[in-house]
Amino acid sequence: MTLDLLRLTTAGSVDDGKSTLIGRLLYDTEQVLDDQLASVAEASERRGGEGTLDLALLTDGLRAEREQGITIDVAYRYFATPRRRFIIADCPGHRQYTRNMVTGASTADLAVVLIDARRGVLEQSKRHAFISSLLGIPKLVVAINKMDLVDYSKDRFEELVEEFEGFAVKLGGVGEISYIPISALHGDNVVENSERLSWFSGGSLLDLLEKVEVAYDHPYDRPARFPVQWVIRPASGENGVDYRGYAGQLASGALRRGDEVTVLPGGARTRIAAIDTYDGELEEAIAPMSLSLRLEDELDVSRGEMICRPEGAPTVGRELVADVCWMAEEPLRAGGRYLIKHTSRGATAVVDEIQDLVDVQTLERTGPPAELALNDIGRVRLRTSSPLVFDPYTSNRRTGSFILIDETNNGTVAAGMIATAA
Amino acid sequence: MSVAAPTQLSHLRALESESIHVMREVAAEFERPVLLFSGGKDSILLLRLAEKAFRPAPFPFPLMHIDTGHNFPEVIEFRDRRVAEIGERLIVASVQDSIDSGRVAEETGPRASRNRLQTVTLLDAISEHRFDAAFGGARRDEERSRAKERVFSFRDDFGQWDPKSQRPELWNLYNGRIRRGENVRVFPLSNWTELDVWEYIHRERLEVPSIYFAHDREVFERDGMLYPWREDTELIDGEKVFTDTVRFRTVGDMTCTGSVRSQAATLDEVVLEIAATRLTERGETRADDRVSEAAMEDRKKAGYF
Repeated sequence: MTLDLLRLTTAGSVDDGKSTLIGRLLYDTEQVLDDQLASVAEASERRGGEGTLDLALLTDGLRAEREQGITIDVAYRYFATPRRRFIIADCPGHRQYTRNMVTGASTADLAVVLIDARRGVLEQSKRHAFISSLLGIPKLVVAINKMDLVDYSKDRFEELVEEFEGFAVKLGGVGEISYIPISALHGDNVVENSERLSWFSGGSLLDLLEKVEVAYDHPYDRPARFPVQWVIRPASGENGVDYRGYAGQLASGALRRGDEVTVLPGGARTRIAAIDTYDGELEEAIAPMSLSLRLEDELDVSRGEMICRPEGAPTVGRELVADVCWMAEEPLRAGGRYLIKHTSRGATAVVDEIQDLVDVQTLERTGPPAELALNDIGRVRLRTSSPLVFDPYTSNRRTGSFILIDETNNGTVAAGMIATAA
Repeated sequence: MSVAAPTQLSHLRALESESIHVMREVAAEFERPVLLFSGGKDSILLLRLAEKAFRPAPFPFPLMHIDTGHNFPEVIEFRDRRVAEIGERLIVASVQDSIDSGRVAEETGPRASRNRLQTVTLLDAISEHRFDAAFGGARRDEERSRAKERVFSFRDDFGQWDPKSQRPELWNLYNGRIRRGENVRVFPLSNWTELDVWEYIHRERLEVPSIYFAHDREVFERDGMLYPWREDTELIDGEKVFTDTVRFRTVGDMTCTGSVRSQAATLDEVVLEIAATRLTERGETRADDRVSEAAMEDRKKAGYF
């Protein structure tokens, strides 16, 4: 099997047709099995659907969601075509669920932003596009849905493309944007090309999802980052070996046997003696492989340290500026003290200053605000109890991201994206 | 031996790497983890991933099986053999002991099952051994409430899951902070599908219990499913025991695990059959999920796997 994996995220509410779109993708690619279909048919009927299949019901998860007809939490969906395997992070779209959108976006390679063709570019679509760009999703697909309700009008489609483009220039950081007219309800241009949209030559949504490139340059051309997670060290003499392997998942780039490396934050230098996996030694490893490294010199490396090549090394520092999405009821105020988890490293962090607050509608930064409330996004300056080894989030999503944990209740209270060292 | 590296990982390699990362995070951040091993295909896969994550050292945790006493003998035999092969420690917590000590009461009648009872045995064992993290083989594609579950699934000191207040889970940064008495269920296979599991078992040439392959068995039909007949099975009026060629898609308690008619006798044939199936594994074979629209959600809230 040579399938690769595409992780995508969608956000929206029932009104946008998001659940219908996902249901349609699953149904038209024949991923919905007979017993699931039967239970959806039954539920559709109970809700007065009169013999029609409400595909949105395929994605309902929790009892409360079915009862209230809403999506509360991120759900993960899986489907495959002969070309690719897909994981969809299916997120609710309302403002109070910004944190769920951020969660879904954090691991995505691609975001599908939904726009209702009748209602135009509303706040929810803007928020999702902004979060997608803030979270560094390389590819944005704007799906203009409900084309059936605007007579499949090319003019209306082009008008909305123009409107979105006007907004997108303010996003910065966002990669390539594709636009695609669809009707999730009737299946136009979701999996199959539609005659009713014959004026559109860009192919169906699934076509695009199957073909979009998610691997870029050769990983060896990107900086190698290897956070040490765990030291593999059998008790002395066990299995007749004296073995010390530094285990972890290569966060970015590639490493080769013999490479000169530096171990940060300490800065000791050595070479890679071997790249081990259970299946044998490798000459070269690429991200995101899990592996263990043996080093030529006996260094005492522990969890939380980062092995990199000396050129293009990351920043080592205790003060940094970052955008955070605040996820707790209790607001963030300057002076707040939290646990920070960054790569495989933990420390205490103090928020010295809240610098601004982002207005997700206008993308303007205002402030400095007194606090960041639940679902607010803003820029803060942090100080940590021990040095972190990091890159700006825009150049490395794995080594530029962190979470904050409230020590009093152990809740995850913030998602952070590092901008620079302070 | 050297293996040439490609420039991009295949989907199975990417899933494997993600799961290994999860297991190492747990080993590093928890004091007393345990791996729940039933001898079923998903936990067989977990064992292989643990080997990939921690060898050449021993696992930094024991294995544990919640034995209902109504398991398939073929599976118990496989379990013991596999555990001996890899040389790790297995703890067996038994539902029979929970019944004997009065912690739970045996259900009676033809539909009696120990499936529900094992939640109590599991929670008791977790607290007796003071485990703070338990690896399970559950996958998000199995069932709709599981589609919402985190990789690190937090349980309070009653073992309960609260689906409405789950911690956000971002990037690959897991929050494993808990208080004493609380624990985390960890699901390294969250992003795998049933087909991925079989393709991986095939690729890794992993042995699985013989009941996953087509064989002749005495069965009886109930609620549209073919259940394995056991000596103490109570039949309901009109039910007849007959022999058919079947296999099992899931391995659970014999009293609530149905078989499917199948001729798939090899791994190749099983992979082909799963790729072409028109029914979900739980819908086709698990009576415990048919109780209501939210049967799994309710059992999980109470502390089930």
